Amino acid sequence: MAEQPANNAAPQRSNARVVGWCLASAVGMFAFGFALVPLYDVFCDITGINGKTSGRYVSTERTAADMTRTIKVQFLAQNGPDMPWVFRPVARSVEVHPGEATTVNFYAENPTDRDMVAQAVPSLSPSEGTLYFHKTECFCFNQQPLAAGESTEMPLVFIVDRDLPSYITKLTLSYTLYDQGEPQAAVLRTTTIDNG
Amino acid sequence: MSAVADTHAQDHHHGPASGISRWLLTTNHKDIGTMYLIFSFTMFLLGGTMAMVIRAELFQPGLQIVQPEFFNQMTTMHGLIMVFGAVMPAFVGLANWMIPLMIGAPDMALPRMNNWSFWLLPCAFLILVSTLFMEGGAPNFGWTFYAPLSTTYGPPSTTFFIFAIHIMGVSSIMGAINVIATILNMRAPGMTLMKMPMFVWTWLITAFLLIAVMPVLAGVVTMMLMDINFGTSFFNAAGGGDPVLFQHVFWFFGHPEVYIMILPAFGAVSHIIPTFSRKPLFGYASMVYAVGAIAMLSFLVWAHHMFTVGVPVAGQLFFMYATLLIAVPTGVKVFNWVATMFRGSLTFETPMLFAIAFVILFSIGGFSGLMLAIAPADFQYHDTYFVVAHFHYVLVPGAIFGIFASAYFWLPKWTGHMYDETLGKTHFWLSFVGMNMAFFPMHFLGLAGMPRRIPDYALQFADFNMVSSIGAFMFGSTQLLFLLIVVKCVRGGEKASANPWEGAEGLEWTVPSPAPYHTFSTPPEVK
Repeated sequence: MAEQPANNAAPQRSNARVVGWCLASAVGMFAFGFALVPLYDVFCDITGINGKTSGRYVSTERTAADMTRTIKVQFLAQNGPDMPWVFRPVARSVEVHPGEATTVNFYAENPTDRDMVAQAVPSLSPSEGTLYFHKTECFCFNQQPLAAGESTEMPLVFIVDRDLPSYITKLTLSYTLYDQGEPQAAVLRTTTIDNG
Repeated sequence: MSAVADTHAQDHHHGPASGISRWLLTTNHKDIGTMYLIFSFTMFLLGGTMAMVIRAELFQPGLQIVQPEFFNQMTTMHGLIMVFGAVMPAFVGLANWMIPLMIGAPDMALPRMNNWSFWLLPCAFLILVSTLFMEGGAPNFGWTFYAPLSTTYGPPSTTFFIFAIHIMGVSSIMGAINVIATILNMRAPGMTLMKMPMFVWTWLITAFLLIAVMPVLAGVVTMMLMDINFGTSFFNAAGGGDPVLFQHVFWFFGHPEVYIMILPAFGAVSHIIPTFSRKPLFGYASMVYAVGAIAMLSFLVWAHHMFTVGVPVAGQLFFMYATLLIAVPTGVKVFNWVATMFRGSLTFETPMLFAIAFVILFSIGGFSGLMLAIAPADFQYHDTYFVVAHFHYVLVPGAIFGIFASAYFWLPKWTGHMYDETLGKTHFWLSFVGMNMAFFPMHFLGLAGMPRRIPDYALQFADFNMVSSIGAFMFGSTQLLFLLIVVKCVRGGEKASANPWEGAEGLEWTVPSPAPYHTFSTPPEVK
């Protein structure tokens, strides 16, 4: 082949260029796969889908509560895998008017003989209501330490937005409590979760 | 290219080296294509054996042969081996053999990388199959390996599975780069893009899909690896992650992947139907654009696999309509194949039989896909045997029949002998009947509510399952006949001329049969 006139010796484009572009695309798509993680969180945060409630809410204007509407807010509490705590809402449900701040408590008890730290992860249903459920104070914003045998009541302050679509009359807020290990170990880990 | 050609001439003296080093060190596209095809068929038999275990267990209700844990390993490994070990390498093998011959190139653009990308595959599958013998067993979470089933609850061998996927991904990406470089740089003078054979076109688009999505698959298994071994929480709700994210990233890869497994078959069938209809392909340009449109749309439909996870109504509507839209370019293709046959002088040699069965049965699979795409109806079909029936109808008579049709079509070119036509037709009819018997009853089972991936089922599903198992045994054992036909054809048989098919067009039919070790050292002129 070497002695023949090499007709393919001068391809229209160099292979190196094509390979370079292809490899760059492959690396770019690998990065894109990871970029989907924050993109997904941002997307869920903006649209409120997936029941992910947003972080601490600061009310910008004082508006009176809408006394004409009553929304039933139900609370669920459950433990993650291998979580030994007693965890339940003090009241199973409350009736609120849109626009008024309401405080409810969750009871937590560490029945084990070791100090533990827990993290609660919220989820709201129906997801269309997520954007209209504001938490001004929540135990889920931080990790919760409890010494062995200790119990506590953890507060949640929330406001249901006056703009809540009229077809929604009931909201269900569910918390799942996860074991974050020993207090010392937990301090080394991230202490808050963005979308607490 | 010239540097490669020089070393080639010095090393090999215009012929294959002898002994095992020929196969280990070869940079010849025909050798590598052959190795890919042999590897693929080996994996097809292995994955098929696992399917036989599954069908044997489901022959009757109750647990007879295997335990549920092992059954789950079988469904998982069957899926992984068939997708990544049988179908994808078979198409890469066909690409290696046929693309240089079809575009008048002396070899692939990057012959050494070609060798490497092949030899990575046996390594990857050795690792994957070895998990069957590990403590805790092989992966048992289904081929879609949803988190947290595969992360928090996966067996210890999951890390080996992840590594095997990484190696397969590297192999596929290198194969795709090679195909793109070959097609873009090495076409014979005069062969413009719109004169390229359909098989080359479909593979070019498939290669772009591979480069776009295999890295995403590598990314998602890397996230799993980090969740399992390095304490991250990509998919772990306890640490702020989200298991649903896994499904989004996986199906962003997964949906284009199903087109990766079918587009090259579209291409091959677009050669076979015109050949045996003795007419040129109807609507060549629309075929090219249809494949391009399918490839583009494949990136916008991934969430139709996830309607039941709680996608908002607007999202369900978007993904439903986008999915239904794919039926348009696919319909164009089916119409063109039928129009090609219309008023043609048809003969029904084995490749044509497989190609016609491809068109009909793939359309059935397409229709059940449309049923699944309808979001409100999908809530009933989701994760039932209806889904199993659907994707087996697009993959078995789609991808696999496409590969069989291609193999029979080009065997005379590869071996220099005609295959045994009687045995070939027997293979077709047994496969056709067996396949339909195995998979058609699954539609009814799914609609009646039988869930997928279970080793045992309620009594009312017994009869259809027995029919399905008998069909599966028939289809499975028939594939040994294919092995016999190929071995017989390699060893001897009626001599094949350069163009053994009366109506075949294309550069590959201008070289002698069997194709010499080196072809198109001087590029042909394309008018």
